[in-house]
Formats: sequence, structure tokens, C-alpha cells
Amino acid sequence: MAQVRWIGFQTIVIREYGRIVRIWGQTLVPAVVTATLYFVIFGSLIGARVGPMAGFDYKQFIAPGLIMMQVIQVSYANVVSSFFGAKFGKHVEELLVSPLPNWIIVAGYTTGGVLRGFMVGIVVTLVSLVFARLPVAHIGALLAAFLLSSIVFSLAGFINAIFARNFDQVNWIPTFILTPLNYFGGVFYSVSMLPLWAQKVSLANPILHMVNAFRYGFLGTSDVHVEFAFVLMLGLSVLLFALAVILLERGVGTRD
Amino acid sequence: MLALSTRALTKVYKNGVQALRGVDLDVEQGDFFALLGPNGAGKTTLIGIITSLVNKSGGTAAVFEHDIDRDLERAKSCIGVVPQELNFNQFESPLTIVINQAGFYGIARPEARRRAEQYLKQLQLWDKRNGAARGLSGGMKRRLMIARALMHEPQLLILDEPTAGVDIEVRRSMWEFLRDINARGTTIILTTHYLEEAEYLCRNIAIIDNGNIVERDHMANLLLRLHNETFVFNTRNAVLAAPNVPGFILRRIDDFTLEADVSKEQNLNELFARLTLLGIEVLSMRNKVNRLEEIFMRLVENRGAHA
Repeated sequence: MAQVRWIGFQTIVIREYGRIVRIWGQTLVPAVVTATLYFVIFGSLIGARVGPMAGFDYKQFIAPGLIMMQVIQVSYANVVSSFFGAKFGKHVEELLVSPLPNWIIVAGYTTGGVLRGFMVGIVVTLVSLVFARLPVAHIGALLAAFLLSSIVFSLAGFINAIFARNFDQVNWIPTFILTPLNYFGGVFYSVSMLPLWAQKVSLANPILHMVNAFRYGFLGTSDVHVEFAFVLMLGLSVLLFALAVILLERGVGTRD
Repeated sequence: MLALSTRALTKVYKNGVQALRGVDLDVEQGDFFALLGPNGAGKTTLIGIITSLVNKSGGTAAVFEHDIDRDLERAKSCIGVVPQELNFNQFESPLTIVINQAGFYGIARPEARRRAEQYLKQLQLWDKRNGAARGLSGGMKRRLMIARALMHEPQLLILDEPTAGVDIEVRRSMWEFLRDINARGTTIILTTHYLEEAEYLCRNIAIIDNGNIVERDHMANLLLRLHNETFVFNTRNAVLAAPNVPGFILRRIDDFTLEADVSKEQNLNELFARLTLLGIEVLSMRNKVNRLEEIFMRLVENRGAHA
């Protein structure tokens, strides 16, 4: 059974990779266009008037956040659209009737989300390098922050897809929850600029911790405790993974 | 060994519909088994529970002695399923679809490619292997689902109306294909609305109605229970009135068509002899309705009357 699970897992990942590459115009290009626009408008045009932030050039400061923002969005979008698409087209049944345990299905889709996050992350990093010099202060923290953030939002996308009954419900969370959390997640500013009460409220936003852990990997600076950020990301990963498996086990949104 | 065994299987959907009301069903290994019933009788729900697409409300089910509650992974690895509705990714190619399906059952890529070629060729889909599946005709899509279900070479193949909407020529070739894989040892459970198909292919039969198994027998035994058959005769010469043949009830349908009710005890030779004496030459003869269809309708209608 271990071999069945391993080959099954690989197959899901290969299928997800095939989907990302097949529709690259939808899966890879928009993130690059968005990131480029952010760099041009916020980095070059407005950033020149903002001045340094946390001791770094403004373009340098926002680059890690912009990369992380795209990673988070595409990880979420990949899994929610792929799994909901499979539900909508009924080909999720190919997996549900197979002998693969539910945790392998969740792990396979999550890895697909991480894979797209990685591909987009690399491309957006290359775009960033056109606009700003990016040192790497802590490579381990940088990779761990990318990986855990991508896992958390891939799993969140999976859970969204489980509950979604139509395409509106697929778009609802990215539009009304994910985007505001991203903008208030310290991508474009240091939370130390905010009044004390707003700083405390910001700490409830997990994206703030992710962006800062990632920024710490590049620039060696963070507005939050990096150790706490990693514990939070790890905890959320475990929690959301367990929740996704339980929901699939119970057949919520997938079985009658 | 039993390929499938269910006991007291029940299903009540959230909307209160009781789809299964305690189904006990055994299917022997190697059988070609028909599961028939009117629309909404519970066939697809039963298949859904066996393949884990539907959560059961009560009872037990085992596939090759693997209980679906305790040993679901092994039970599922024994089953190949061809569902009623198309359920593959229409944007993927047939080759990708079948190779991925093999992967979900733990079959490594090189072996999956070999089997993909074998089954896509056998089901006349090899030439179409690289295009998007949405471009296939209805019959090809059905055949693709059969190829996909066979990729892990299951011991039990469940086909839920596999020939619905398929033209006669393709349907006949699918029948021969299914008979062949059954002859090579695969147990097949078939649901179909074409009762001729069930009569031609299956050795054993269960009829499900309103969530209960109302009949379970050998196909031959069931057909023997048919006491009367109605035959239609095409005549060479015009028949102006229904001929009077003692012991037989004959009806004139039109100038060249007669219908006769013939009981199991009566002899068709005698009827032909009498018609010949009356100067009526019979050119051809056929059953008015499929024999199984007649039994099926009687069983279902009787239950309706008693309900």
C-alpha cells in the first residue's frame, strides 16, 4: 500500500503541474503582471517620495512582501480552483473511488499549490531583481517562510473548495478576506508606523507574520517575532491539514 | 468467493428520501450480473455506496471479503467503475486520463503506458489519444470510461448504464468486449435500461425497486417464468380478418401483420400448420417485446399495485 500511496501522490502532483503549465497564461502570467505594476507604481513612482523604511530602500522593503503576496494568492487560487473544478466537472470521483487515503489527496493538492507558489515566487523574484537589489540574510528562514505560507494557503484553498457550491463561493474568500489581509499584512509599510492599537490588531493577521518572516529571510529585519511567526505557520499548517482530511473523510461537499 | 456482498444496506439522503431499504445482495466471483430497476429505484445509490461515493446510512458491504468500513483501501483497489455520467476532465487527453487513473491505483508510469496502449487500442480510441477528451463523440467518451476503469485490471467491474446513448453498432462491439473480459475472469455488475443487453450478457439478475431487491435469480430461471409470449407475424399475403385458430388468440394488426399470444405449453409448429391450412404464409416472426422486459414490467407493476 505504501507504493500505491507514493505513486498516487506523485500522480496528483504531476497532474497539477500539467494543469499549471497547460494554462500558464492564467496560472503564471497574471502574478508577474501584478507584481510588475506594484513595483512600477508603488516602488518607483510613489516609493521615491516615501524614502527608506526600516533602514532599507522602499523598493527593497516591499519586494519580499510583494513576492509573498503573490505566493499566498496563487497557492490559494491554485488549489481552490483545481479542486473545485474537479468537483464541478465530477472528475474528483476518479480520486474518490481510488484506494488513495484522503490524506494523500490533500497532500497531493497542497503540493500542487506549493509548486505553483514556488514557480510564481521564482518569477516574481526575478522581476523584483529588475527593480531592487535583494540580499539574502537567512536562506533557511526564507525557504521555510515560503514553504509554510504556501502550505497554509494551499490548505485554506482546499477547504474553501470543499465547502464551495458554485464559482461565486470560490471567489468570495480571495476577494473579501484574502486581499484585505494581504494589504494590511505589512507588505507596503512597517507596522511600527501604526498607532499602538492598530499594531495589536495587525498581529491577529497571519499574513503579517508570514510577510515579516519572509522579509527576515531576505533583509534580516522583521516587525514581529520571527520564532512566533514560524510556530504560527507550522501550527496553522497542521490544523488546516487535519481539518481538510476530516472534512474529506466525512464526505463534506464531496460525497452524498 | 463472493465478489460483492451487502447486508441490510440502507441509505437515507439528507432530504429524507430513503433510497435503499435494507439491501441484501450477493454476487459470485466471475459472474456477469445484471442489476435492473426503474429510475430512482436505488441502483446508482447502491453502486455509489460500494464505490464510496455515497455514505451509507446502515448495513454492511464487502468486496472480495474486504469490508468497506474496515478495509476500504483494499476493497476499492478491487473495483473498477464506469459511472452513468461522464466524470473525466474534458480538457485532458484520453491518454493522460487513463495513465493518471492507473497512477491513482499505484501503477507505475511505464506499466501504465503499456496498459493505456492496450486498452485504448482495444476500445478503438488509440487514434484519438492525444486530443482533448471533450472532442470525442458520445460513444467514444463511454468507451474511454471503460478503458479508464480497466487500467488497474480490477477484479470487479461495475458498469452503470455503459451503453446509454450509444449507437447499436458500438453497443454490440462493447458487448463483445465486455463478454471477453468477463470470460477472462473479471466479475461484472451491469445496470442498464436496455433489457435486451442484460438478457444477452448476464447470467444472474437482481431487480431493485423502491430501495428493495424484489427479485434475484438466474437469468434462465427468470425467463422460464414467463408463461405467455406475444409474437408478431409478417405475412406474404394480405389478411383481411383475424383468423380463427382454436387454442390461440390471434389479432390482425394490419393487412400483412398478425399478433398471437402463445403460452409456454403451446406449440408454435401447430400454429404454423393451422395458418398454412388457412392459406396464410408467414414470412418472418419476432417477439413483440423483449422477454426480460415483460418480466421486469410485471414485477415492477405488481409491486406498484400492492404498494
